[in-house]
Amino acid sequence: MRLQKNTLLALYSVLEFAARPGRQLSVTEIAAALHVSPHHLAKVLRMLGRAGLVDSVRGARGGYRFVGNAKRVTLMDVVALFEDIGSAVPRGRRARRGAEQALDGVLAEIDQTARATFGSVTLDTMLKLIARHERG
Amino acid sequence: MRQEIAAIRRRGAAGRALRVRAAASADLPQVIKIDQRATGLAKPEYWAGILRRYGRGGVRRRFLVAEAGGDILGYIVGEVRDWEFGSPPCGWVFGLGVRPQAREAGVATAMLKAITAAFRRQGVATVRTLIARDNRLVLSFFRSQGMMAAPVIPLEKDIG
Repeated sequence: MRLQKNTLLALYSVLEFAARPGRQLSVTEIAAALHVSPHHLAKVLRMLGRAGLVDSVRGARGGYRFVGNAKRVTLMDVVALFEDIGSAVPRGRRARRGAEQALDGVLAEIDQTARATFGSVTLDTMLKLIARHERG
Repeated sequence: MRQEIAAIRRRGAAGRALRVRAAASADLPQVIKIDQRATGLAKPEYWAGILRRYGRGGVRRRFLVAEAGGDILGYIVGEVRDWEFGSPPCGWVFGLGVRPQAREAGVATAMLKAITAAFRRQGVATVRTLIARDNRLVLSFFRSQGMMAAPVIPLEKDIG
């Protein structure tokens, strides 16, 4: 499964924040860590801000800090801001032929599994997985 | 009970306030209530059967409860299964419940640890479970314990 670039940026950013609870990080700091332009990242962070996952602090020393609960926020909460998982079949299209109906059923199965997977992995669980990978 | 749960939160599940042990018939009313809170159904006969088959279940079956101050805070049920569709013997957890007031106090973690230790003593190296896709609470718990998707796909068919 492939996620859009902005979705991945949002996920990586939220994980950066969640790994440093309470700490304020500037757009430049995170952009440098993720090797992207601060301008591009700022748009993604504004979206996370509107969703109530991060809080922006204005001013020369401004930035963002995580305000969610890492044990409750799931990957799906972030992914759903950028992707419409569960709409492999375009809305409004009604499958006419048996083959279309059958294929729609299979695609729906895949979507349901993806939603359940993203929806069951919290940021806290991700941080544990990251630590395990980093330990080797 | 509130004080006992607070003590467990302070000490962590490894503290002395929480005890994971084999279920007994006197525990069943509380186990049934915990299950009923989660599923909306009271199943006394089902749980009596589980106790019969898994309570003293020998070495391969486990029905455990987490107790603090005489109150049952949660239960877990599982067994070692052999060669299902070619899969080497592995531990299966097929029932888990925690009293809502005792959530996030390490109760389920302590019970899972106890049952996996029992499975390990039987020589198995894998533990599996099967959870409804929309049961986010329990799915998230097992994920938090490091469990990942198994190399199996559950299938079903309406035969009504």
